[in-house]
Amino acid sequence: MASLSSPLRVCREILKELRAIQGPSYKQSLAYNYVLDQFRKNKVTGERYCRAQQEARHASLTYLCLLVSTRNHLALHNLYHGKGERSPEEVAGLVGLRLPTQPGGKGWEK
Amino acid sequence: MPVTSSLRHKNVNILVPYLQNNLHVVRVPFALLVAPEFGAAVQERGDDARLLGVYRRRRDKRDRGSEGRGGVAEVSSGDGHGSGFAGCAPTAVNSRARKGLHSLLQTAKAALVCPRHQAFRGTLKYSTASADRKRFYEDVSISQGEGGLYEVNLDRRKLKTPSGKLFTVPNEALAIAVATEWDAQKDTIKFYTMHLTTLCNTALDNPTQRNKDQMISAALKFLETDTICYRVDEPPGLVELQKNEWDPVLQWIENRYNVTIGSSSSILGPEIPEGTKDRFRQHLSSYTLWSLTGLEFVITQLKSLVLSLGMIDRHLSVEQAVLLSRLEEEYQIRRWGNVEWAHDYDMYELRARTAAGALFVHLSSESSTVKHKLMQD
Repeated sequence: MASLSSPLRVCREILKELRAIQGPSYKQSLAYNYVLDQFRKNKVTGERYCRAQQEARHASLTYLCLLVSTRNHLALHNLYHGKGERSPEEVAGLVGLRLPTQPGGKGWEK
Repeated sequence: MPVTSSLRHKNVNILVPYLQNNLHVVRVPFALLVAPEFGAAVQERGDDARLLGVYRRRRDKRDRGSEGRGGVAEVSSGDGHGSGFAGCAPTAVNSRARKGLHSLLQTAKAALVCPRHQAFRGTLKYSTASADRKRFYEDVSISQGEGGLYEVNLDRRKLKTPSGKLFTVPNEALAIAVATEWDAQKDTIKFYTMHLTTLCNTALDNPTQRNKDQMISAALKFLETDTICYRVDEPPGLVELQKNEWDPVLQWIENRYNVTIGSSSSILGPEIPEGTKDRFRQHLSSYTLWSLTGLEFVITQLKSLVLSLGMIDRHLSVEQAVLLSRLEEEYQIRRWGNVEWAHDYDMYELRARTAAGALFVHLSSESSTVKHKLMQD
């Protein structure tokens, strides 16, 4: 993503993110229609420095950042921090031991 | 070892070390529901009435012997989000109790462990703290309720905040964004990725009961220890970097708000004159409560009032603001290398939270109308 300053690229990136979230039926989702709507509305403007357009551009960049970073954060979390703890059997297996089995069950278990 | 016989015939003190050993097991017996003053965890068996009788007789001995209420479930909070859900501390579903009594037991446990916890049905969605809260809905949609407020519906059911209130947002864009967040959950619901939902919940519930003045003073207090104003003396590379990156932002905010904020490298930080604080106080009081909630969130994440205002005023983008906030870390990364599972992880999390906060502030404080100008040739 070299330079995202053109609104077209921002729009396409956002829609790509939405597709990654929702799968193939993303075109019927609310966010898709809303985003496209907003981009169309703000495309044509009379003034040279249109404040609403700049605000919309900033908002679109912010939303893109939100989607991209939550996705990356979740991916990194699952990759590095997602495994949880090992069960006692696995821990024992790490050093080559096995847990003892008590045929009658432990005293407080059913 | 049959427990009932020991209760009937032998000294109940046999159970005392038993209870001490079983502190990690949370089996709340039926007796507990009947007489909730008995807090220790015991084994569930038949003949509960007899158990009850025995406990009444031996209660003083048991209280001295065992660790008393230590045996009940640990309290863990649902999502480590830090958005200030001080009131409800959900209890960990650790018990192996029978299914039929499950919800009742949860209530009993909650009443014992956290007496302030209002255990009623509406909070069940957020309060079961086991990490595998499965996605229980198919579609997410929004609808407009009374007063023009938008609500989010999960599969016919309306979304509620953790304290049971109906989840309403003032504008459509925020509702759609929240709906997208809920829609993005696959299989399990991960509350720590749903930043906008959390912010809306905080703004709606206001669990710490703060009003605008408190929030504004908290934000202004941050100015005294603002990241941008704290400079280091060495290493020289970092000093240079701070001067080049942070000074322009300071310049900008001083020009925009007509204030003076110095930067200092002493341990006490810069001296902020009263006039500066008054200017900022005046500016911040023009925000609504919702926007202030979002702004406070952003300030806490970026650790800087200046950077937050720069981002809210659209002078900086989210990525730039995060980069400036993490300037020293970036310097160290460039020097010593990047560690993906720590640096990148933190950066993405910071970006996500900051972006959510900024979006929240913008959407809460704007109201947009479209005025079509007719083209006349």
